Amino acid sequence: MNEPRAIDSADGLTASSQPPQAERPSQKPNVPLLDACFRKRFAAQSQEFVLEVEFQAGPGFTILFGPSGAGKTTLLDCVAGLATPDSGRISVGDRTLFNVSERTDLPVAKRRIGYVFQNLALFPHLTVEQNVQYGLAHLPQAERAAQASAILQAFRIEALAQRYPREISGGESQRTALARTLVTDPSVLLLDEPLAALDAATKTKIIDDLRSWNQAHRIPILYVTHSRDEVFALGERVIVLDAGRIVAQGTPHEVITAPLQETVAQLVGFENIFDAIVESVHPARGTMTCKITSCRIAADGGPVLLETPLVRGGVGSALRVGIRAGDILLATAPPVGLSARNVIPGRIASLEQRDVIVTARVKCRIEMEVHLTLAARDSLQLAPGREVWLVIKTHSCHLMQQTTPHTR
Amino acid sequence: MAIDWQAFWLTLQLAVTVSAVLLVLGLPIAYWIAFSRWRWKFLVEAVVALPIVLPPTVLGFYVLVALGPRSPLGRWWISLTGHTLAFTFSGLVIGSILYSLPFAVQPFAASFAGVDRKLIAASATLGASPLRTFFRVIAPLSVPGLITGAALSFAHTMGEFGVVLMVGGNIPGVTRTVSIDIFDRVQASDYAAANQTALLLLAFSFAVLAIVYGLNRKAWVIGPVK
Repeated sequence: MNEPRAIDSADGLTASSQPPQAERPSQKPNVPLLDACFRKRFAAQSQEFVLEVEFQAGPGFTILFGPSGAGKTTLLDCVAGLATPDSGRISVGDRTLFNVSERTDLPVAKRRIGYVFQNLALFPHLTVEQNVQYGLAHLPQAERAAQASAILQAFRIEALAQRYPREISGGESQRTALARTLVTDPSVLLLDEPLAALDAATKTKIIDDLRSWNQAHRIPILYVTHSRDEVFALGERVIVLDAGRIVAQGTPHEVITAPLQETVAQLVGFENIFDAIVESVHPARGTMTCKITSCRIAADGGPVLLETPLVRGGVGSALRVGIRAGDILLATAPPVGLSARNVIPGRIASLEQRDVIVTARVKCRIEMEVHLTLAARDSLQLAPGREVWLVIKTHSCHLMQQTTPHTR
Repeated sequence: MAIDWQAFWLTLQLAVTVSAVLLVLGLPIAYWIAFSRWRWKFLVEAVVALPIVLPPTVLGFYVLVALGPRSPLGRWWISLTGHTLAFTFSGLVIGSILYSLPFAVQPFAASFAGVDRKLIAASATLGASPLRTFFRVIAPLSVPGLITGAALSFAHTMGEFGVVLMVGGNIPGVTRTVSIDIFDRVQASDYAAANQTALLLLAFSFAVLAIVYGLNRKAWVIGPVK
């Protein structure tokens, strides 16, 4: 059993980005490792899936990444004890939480797993302070108050102590939910998209605070998200989940920059994925020409050809090309003197602003999604219907195997 | 005096006792109905709901038999106290509890089931036992349902007739309630007195229901809890 750690009241977070606690030697010599290997049938969108996973998560952030219905929340529920796996085992350090063969199934309340839900689940009838003290019932009143006040301060919500959840903002609610969970000194922290509803600035601040806290409390944090930006911002490690299975895991860089499977590619932000056939190869140049075959719009001027890096597989082999929306340049006149090999004329079908990014859909026999900055949209005076040229570098075209019949 | 105040106070006493007992007894039953995943749960729900549809005389008859000296319960009570439960105030309380059970349990269960499951899960992950979760989260968030259940069982007991007549008979000061008093007046063709008492009961019942619905918009469901 892990010794319950004493919470130093001055412990936790500081407003600075480099907390002094980070330099302090770890209070726990054997850091807990979350070790899980289990199977669980679950239903998502009225379809039945089997979640079958095997992973380990050490101290720090492990990102659980995948589309909705992939089983991310079910996975967290199994670790927390809110759902019971059909088979397998889950342990933290030398504490067994669940083991079918040993008939161990620790009740939720005894697992010491902190869980911040997507909807936060703050108790609406309790004040912020009472919410934060909720998990400290076993302590004497004075100590409870002291610990709660320390964590409220660390999360900079001490001014809200007497307010009710309905009286505070979204960001403040997130901080309250985190404080309520962290004050109980969990041995693992589960976060189910807790920051999904926040704007980027608020999100960054909360993540900074969480990171500082994690420097002092080296516990595994499983963080569910389907935002690619969060994967890069947080992750020391990422686990990609699709239809109940782990399809990739590693550092964000490993997983996201070199996708192994199409599911991964789609998940990690190849907004544009097309079926293609190798038209010709140019070994001397290290490139090849691919013809896009998945044309959703009737071809009106011949096929779209893309120059891509050379991969194995000869002329006529079927591939899939993935292009990130952020890797495509837009020009309002035919560009000249470019190093980029692919220039495709098209027309803007729609423009949509999300946060600080503008998503343009461009029709050029196929439809491409392009991401722009607000400034670029304004200075180029882009609007739907405008004629544009798409510029794509050869090495921005990522080639993948065709795994399943394409149904786009 | 036209109104039999003795009967009125007796009825009030009965109703207060019954709703107080149901407020305690109904909680675990409602909790079980709201959260059990037992596949035959609907059978228990149907049994609890029976008094809503059963003629009070049928319920009263069975309660009378169960309380009488030939049943194990009745014999046990006689060995304990020396007299039978039937035709006593205690017997009346037992019959009324059964009769009003669904009027307490259904609103309780509906409001328990309406509590966001994530709050219950959050309470558990914060180390709270199911009992603590109940008293700190589920019950406080179900206060309107608890008030509704208590008020409805109170009002329902105030107006009951069949069960009282079967189990309690008509003993002034012991089992003679307002509704029986009204029945007696009508039998005796004393319509004026019957009218006064009936009006009092009508006004009283309306006041209770008005308070319940005023406090809580979705006051009551009859039917299975989701």
